[in-house]
Parts: sequence; C-alpha cells; structure tokens
Amino acid sequence: MSGDKPVRIGAVAYDPKVVTIWEGFKEYFAKKGVAIDYVLYSTYDAQVDANLSGEVDVAWNSPLAWVKSQILSHGGCRAIAMRDTDRGLTTKIIVSSRSRMGDVPDLRGGRVAVGASDSPQATLIPLEMVADSGVKPGKDCEVLYHNVMVGKHGDHVGGERDAAKALAAGRVDAACVLDANYNVFINEGTLDPGTTRVLATTEPFDHCNFTAPADAPAERVQPFLDTLLAMSFEDPAVRPFMEMEGLRKWLPGRTSGYRQLERAVQRFRFYDGAALGAGS
Amino acid sequence: MPNSKPKLQLDLQDLAPNEGALVLLRRALGQLAAGECLELHGDSAGLSEQLAAWCRKEGHRCETIQGLAGTYRIEAGGRVASVATSRFDVSETADPAWGLAPRGGRLETGGPQFGFTLRQKRDVWAHELNTIYKQAAAGQWSATRDIPWERLPRLAPEVEGAVAQIMTFLTENEFAALYVPARFIARIHPHYREVVEVLAMQVVDEARHAEAFTRRAEAGGAGLGTTAVSGQLSLQTLIEEPDFTTAVFLLCVMGEGTFLTLLKFLGEHAPDPVTSALALLAHRDEARHVAFGTEHLRYVFEREPDRRTSLASAVERRSRMLASISGLSPYVNDALVIYAGGGIGIGQVREGARLVAGLHGEMDRARRERLQSLGFDSAAATEMSAYHTKNFM
Repeated sequence: MSGDKPVRIGAVAYDPKVVTIWEGFKEYFAKKGVAIDYVLYSTYDAQVDANLSGEVDVAWNSPLAWVKSQILSHGGCRAIAMRDTDRGLTTKIIVSSRSRMGDVPDLRGGRVAVGASDSPQATLIPLEMVADSGVKPGKDCEVLYHNVMVGKHGDHVGGERDAAKALAAGRVDAACVLDANYNVFINEGTLDPGTTRVLATTEPFDHCNFTAPADAPAERVQPFLDTLLAMSFEDPAVRPFMEMEGLRKWLPGRTSGYRQLERAVQRFRFYDGAALGAGS
Repeated sequence: MPNSKPKLQLDLQDLAPNEGALVLLRRALGQLAAGECLELHGDSAGLSEQLAAWCRKEGHRCETIQGLAGTYRIEAGGRVASVATSRFDVSETADPAWGLAPRGGRLETGGPQFGFTLRQKRDVWAHELNTIYKQAAAGQWSATRDIPWERLPRLAPEVEGAVAQIMTFLTENEFAALYVPARFIARIHPHYREVVEVLAMQVVDEARHAEAFTRRAEAGGAGLGTTAVSGQLSLQTLIEEPDFTTAVFLLCVMGEGTFLTLLKFLGEHAPDPVTSALALLAHRDEARHVAFGTEHLRYVFEREPDRRTSLASAVERRSRMLASISGLSPYVNDALVIYAGGGIGIGQVREGARLVAGLHGEMDRARRERLQSLGFDSAAATEMSAYHTKNFM
C-alpha cells in the first residue's frame, strides 16, 4: 500500500538526542503499521537537496530550509505538518534594564548580538525588523554574530545563549532571543531576573515543518501524515520522544507564518549567488 | 478565541514570573478542563514579556485583551491526564516504571523504566517489618555515649591480646554482614520500601559494630590481630551469594544466629566492662537481624515449602566450597580459650578449652532449634547445622 520501501524522513542531527527521538518515532510508526526510516544530515542544505531529489520523501525542516525548498522548487513544496509549538513564535530584542533605549530605531549606532548567521529566530527575523525600522544592520548598527553550528539554522541554542551572555556582560547594547529561550535564560541564570527588559517584540512567526515535494506520491506521504497527526501525548510509549522533540500535539502544516523570514531572505540576499547554484 | 465566559479569574497584581506568578497561574489552570478560560490580570513587565511563550510551551492559548493592559484571556490546554498510582497496597509485582515514586502516590506515565531486579513480593517480603524497623530506629546506641571507655582497665597482655584478636575477627564478620544487605538494597524495588529500610538499618548497625570493635582492639594497646585465610574464604562465599533468600538465610539465620551465641558467650566471660557492654549491645542488634532473616524465610516457606530443600543444598554446597577449612582459625580459637579461661596458666587454659567446647555445642544446639522453628525436620536441622561453616559466619 505504501510501497515496498519505508517512507524516508530526513532530519538534521543538531544533537545526539535526535537519534533517540527518531528511533522512538520509528518504533511507534512500525507499531501502527507504517514503516518509516530516518536519514540524518549534518546540514539543512544537504537535507533540502536530498528532499528535492527524492532521496528522502519528507524532510523535517527548519523554517529557513522550508524557504530554500520553495525557492529551489519554485513553490513546488507542501508543508504537511508541524508541532503545536511551531506556531506563533516571537523573537524579543532585549536590552539591559538600565538601558535608555525606547524603541528599535534607538539601536542606531549601537551593537546588537544575534545568534548564528543562519538562525531564523535569533538573526534573520529580528534583523529584518531592525532593517524595517530604518536601521541598516551592519551599516547603521554593529551586528555581533555568534556562529555556533552554522548549517543547522540555529537549532542548537548555543549561539543565542552566547548572545544573551554578551548582553549580560555588557559587551553589546541588545541581544536577539526567541521568546521561549528568553524564559529559559532567565530560569537557568544566564540572565539574572530584573536585569533585562524587552525593547521590542517581532510579529508572530512559524517555525519548523515537515516538507514534502508536491509531486511526492500520496500513497507514501498520506499514511505517514495520518499516523503522525494521530500521535498522542497520553500514549506512554511515545510521550518521552514527544517531550524530547518539544511538542504536545502535531498539527497540519500551514504557510502563513513564513512571510517575515521570506522578506529577510530577500532583503539580505541570503540565497543569492553561489548558495543556490545554477538554474535557480 | 470564542466568547467563552471565563470560568476563573486570577489577579496576580505585580507578581513577576520569577517571583512565583507561574505558581499561582498553574494552580488556576489546573482547575480548568481543556477549552475553559481564565481571565488573568497582572501588571509586572516580566509577565507581559514571558507569558505568551510560556503558554505556548504548556499547551495553553493566550490572548491579550484589546485596550486592557495587563489583562489576558487564557484558554486552558487541559490537564495532562496520564497519572497512574504506584499503588498503596503492597503489590505482588512491582512495575519497573513505578521507579522511586513512593508507594501510594500518584505517578505521571511516560517515565523511564528502572532496572530493579528484585521486584516480586514473594522474593523479598517478611512479616513484622514495621516492628523490626521501629526497634532498630529506637535501638541506635552510640559507641561514645553508651560504652564506658573510661572504665577500661589494664589487662594482662595475653588477655588483652586475646580480646584484640577476637575484636578483629568480629570486625571482619561484621563487614560481611554489612556488604551482603548493601549489595541487595540496590537491587530491591522501592515499592518494597520496608525491606529496604530494615536492610539499611542493618548496614548502619554493622558499621557501628565495625567501628566499635576496632576501637576496642586499639584501646587496650594490643592493636588489631590477624585475619586468617579460612575466615576470608568463608566470608567471600557469603558476599558472592547471588540469590537474596539464600544470602539472607546463610547470613541472618545461620551466620548471625551463630553469632548470637558467640556474643552471649563473650558477654558472659568478658574481662572488662567495655568488652561486656559491646557484646551486649551488639547482641541486641544481631537479634534483630536474625529476626528479619527468620521472618523472611518464614514468608518464603509459607508460599514455597519446598524451598527448604534448596536451602539445605545451599548449606551443603557452601560447606564443600569451604572443605579446605578444617576448623575455626587457630588465632581465633586460641584467643577464645585464653579469653574464656582468663589467662595462660594451665588451669585457666583447661577451663577456657572446656568453655569453648561448650560454646561450639551451644552454637550447634541453638542453630538446630532455629532451623526447626523454621520447619526443617530434626534430621535436616542436625545435618545443616553440622555443615555450617566452621568460621561461625
């Protein structure tokens, strides 16, 4: 029914726990009668290529990998599923609580810490907001990148944490952190409570999704999708893996939350030139 | 969000997330079923900065109210339903996923499986565990407080030497009596916590004995004596016994049972008040260990009377492993004779030898009696007692 071969899911190995998570999910799918296999890539670029060439049927993509897939396929991909925690994220530009800055244009002449150069949430989207306010990143304000695991699109929170530490140490005037990570950094002591405040918050945006090329065979993708959406947090066999993956519920994919990132990629020419290769 | 009327209202005033605001918020949301709404008021900057991301992570939907600063409508994601109890009554089998959760409490499902290998009640349980534990807790004497060290006289060197040698022997054996339960504690499922607690008290008792006996050996100036190979061999078979019931039988019923007779003897013939007090106090503790062992074996035999046969074989098997030991270590035997006789004069040694022969006889008699009280017939009891290690423990 779903073909002889298991449905191949691509995922990026940003942390050793990725293996544990996908082994767990693979067993869950097998119990439900849908054979899947996971293929790990060290970068999203490799995964995007593999997805579009058919090496994997579905790619568990970062938002930036989604945007690249759409560019390379000329809009020929579908976002079939995402986590409940992938919807409606915001990034906060945070400053010292003693800072006299009142709004984003006040960053002119200042120094802003961001995450890895390819992090949507910690770099591209907040810098898009900064540029939109009339302050050109790199020209009107200094940008300090924290390039941890470039290629993995900021999945590893390390770059963001370093940006927050830079703010706490007084080496920068502002730092860009995902709203969820702002809470984490305060709770874990990277940022002492009361020492920072939020200068500005981006509009909500969406995060990861399962990407499938539009021409991927439905008889392979649909059983995977149906079984994925039926995964329950109440099921003790699969709950530990859902907790590790950071979700309570899988939801159908949507594309309405990627506009800020698309604008950022265009404005900063992120995928212009050699990155896309000929024929883009 | 639908126009659902909020079921609950919560006013956090200016309480910030790091000041406990989330504590109150969680309590309020815990009272709501999925889809029910909470109207939240809060003025702190921290709350406005952190609330949206917190709600998203916890599975709630959060909206600010137009025109009303510091007011939010939160649609509850629902309580996480999966809570199983780890059972209040003592189960016949303990689930590996109950882990360290106290018996009778609630337990989130989806947790890890623990590797406790002893998780059947029939393998570890005993009656009277609460009584034994209470007695143990109440009977924790202190070597500093309860032993009259200041009344230790200067004994004749041969007698002091004998005391020190006996103390050395006692210490070796108490170590074994510490390590055996300690090895099993780590394997017993916490669901059977009373067993773990009684064994833990046993470990504490033996630590106390080892320290006090060593102290006595050194206090009189003679220093520690010699550990014989025979003793080491015997104790090694105890420490390496892999089956819990067999180990408890060999240690608590047979070994510590024999030690009760020895400690009583040492108390009766003690040359000084310190040694006498030590023997008496140690005897009280060992009696409790023997009681646990007896109760556990009784529990096992209630369910599996035929287990008696395999335990009899275990005693015989052990004696074959220890066949090279022809007798009690000569160091210990000679020390007992001098100790009991009070010196190395011909008459004293004759008296000491007579008393020590009587001690062996009494040990055998008490062992047989203990075995018969556990349901072994007279012939089996006689045989098993004869097979018991010559090292006493």
